[in-house]
Amino acid sequence: MGTELAKAVVDGVLTGGVYALMAAGLTLIFGVMEIINIAQGVMVVLAAYLSYTLQVHAGIDPFVGLLITIPVMFLIGVAIEWVFIRRLAPRDRTALSILATFAVAIIIEGILTQAYSGDLRSLDAWYVERSVHLLGFYLPYIYLFGFALAVVLLAALYLFVSRTRTGYSIRAAMQNRAGAQLVGIDIDRVSAITFGIGAAATAAGGMVYGATNTFNPDSGYDLISRLLVIVVLGGLGSIGGALVAAILALVIEDVTAVLWSPVWASTMFFAVLVLVLVFRPTGLFGQRAVRAQ
Amino acid sequence: MTVVLARRAVIVLALACAIGFPFVFSNPATTSIAFFTVLYVAAASAWNLFSGYSGYMALGNAVFYGSGAYFIANVTNHLNLSGGMGIFAWVPVAGLFAGIVAIPVGWLALRTRRHTFVVITIAIFFIFQLLAYNLQSVTNGSAGMQLPLPPWLAATYNDYFYFAALIAAVIAIVVSWAVRRSHFGLQLLAIRDDEDRARGLGVRTGRVKLTAFVLNGVLTGVCGAIYAYYLGSVYPPFAFEAIFDLTVALMAFLGGLGTVSGPVIGALLLEPLQQYLTQQVTAAGLSLILFGALFLIVIGFLPHGIVPSVEQLVRRLKAARSR
Repeated sequence: MGTELAKAVVDGVLTGGVYALMAAGLTLIFGVMEIINIAQGVMVVLAAYLSYTLQVHAGIDPFVGLLITIPVMFLIGVAIEWVFIRRLAPRDRTALSILATFAVAIIIEGILTQAYSGDLRSLDAWYVERSVHLLGFYLPYIYLFGFALAVVLLAALYLFVSRTRTGYSIRAAMQNRAGAQLVGIDIDRVSAITFGIGAAATAAGGMVYGATNTFNPDSGYDLISRLLVIVVLGGLGSIGGALVAAILALVIEDVTAVLWSPVWASTMFFAVLVLVLVFRPTGLFGQRAVRAQ
Repeated sequence: MTVVLARRAVIVLALACAIGFPFVFSNPATTSIAFFTVLYVAAASAWNLFSGYSGYMALGNAVFYGSGAYFIANVTNHLNLSGGMGIFAWVPVAGLFAGIVAIPVGWLALRTRRHTFVVITIAIFFIFQLLAYNLQSVTNGSAGMQLPLPPWLAATYNDYFYFAALIAAVIAIVVSWAVRRSHFGLQLLAIRDDEDRARGLGVRTGRVKLTAFVLNGVLTGVCGAIYAYYLGSVYPPFAFEAIFDLTVALMAFLGGLGTVSGPVIGALLLEPLQQYLTQQVTAAGLSLILFGALFLIVIGFLPHGIVPSVEQLVRRLKAARSR
């Protein structure tokens, strides 16, 4: 029991890091543009398929393949923002963005279904098959590598947002969109870059997801529901909050599976959000909205 | 005066068409599409009654749809009811049950606003879907539940359900209309425009929002119960379906958010198209792509919906004539 519990906690922390990376993209997009990108889940799956294709058809290792998939996903993100998001009527932007990104998600799911069928796939490599002995249990290397990758990329994202000129613009846009425009920040450009970064985060997240889970075009729904829970739990727009929330929620899920039953584990995942929101309607790290409706 | 008369004539004509439809078109494939269309008229009107009027975008209406479906499945199984008209008597009760479910769900979700509200309704939806899989004793899990088969002939089988759905649709439209014209409806619209100010002016926002949310739950639960009886079985992914959440919202958007006729028009246009697509396009991926593209076209070209756009056009024409 003790070993199982330790394994559940370690598992939760390691996968939580990867979910945090995917959720960071979502929360960043929300922070800058005030839109919820429902397509984030299926973009993770799309990235997993990209890694899969590179590996199967070109023999490129998934980690090396990131050099290709990250820029590709970045460009896809920029394109989605430019084609579908920028033109939305400002009046009902929130509601329209949910419908528009959901439509994008459906189209991507359709394309993936046409291209790869609905069969379950998974990424394969030596680090997926081989395990490391740790605290009395075995853990596939990919969990460690994936967590390390997520930490490195999250740190890079943090540095980018806090230390570079473009990062300043992004933060300014998050704090006050109209004010940022007044001081001469090109909001359209910042929005496109932010959406690109959000999509690029799914490239790495999708690769690790594809190596630790089986996936098909349908997997996007489960992913997006989890990512939404994480970003709301952490407070919309907060990257640090997303990290804490992702690890918390996944540890709780894995521990529930050990202590209670695997059947109820994913229900617990969502129930955590409900419980937290009963006491803190703004999430763990969210700030009270100052702007009126 | 003429406008009022014309409007009445249109309503009477539409109702006459709706009642006469199954007598003119008897092909089961057609009446099946008609059944779903009328059912979605009811469901989209119910969604609009809360979300359209209050401005709170709820994406978890399948919670009530599924609750109604599972309620009627449980009632028919536990009471050993045999198929027939009698089961329709339980449909309103299923609606009430869904309304009871809506009370705690609404209380919880309505503590939040805007984006958080949207996300929490989605999260609650997934909790209910998972519960449907896991609460074996009530839902029989992924094996699903069967409802009794009515002894009706195949040729007119759909008609019974069509008229049940039509009654639900008429009730949903009348309730939306009555709410829209009432003091209560004005309070909802005030919340949509500026909740804090509405509160400052004495609107009991919490109570008003919850009442509308529960009304929406009751009407949606009725739809779910009819749907379950029509299918003859209930499975978690069909009763609690993510696409349902978005379809009703899209219909209301297409027609015109917050108008009485908007969701009706939206459902009349979208549901037949969607049903036709699923019947004709067999490649699963392709029908998804087409459906998504349809979504985007609606959002791109009619961001305010058909009814408000037409009203704007009429107003402009009138102004041009009076000049």
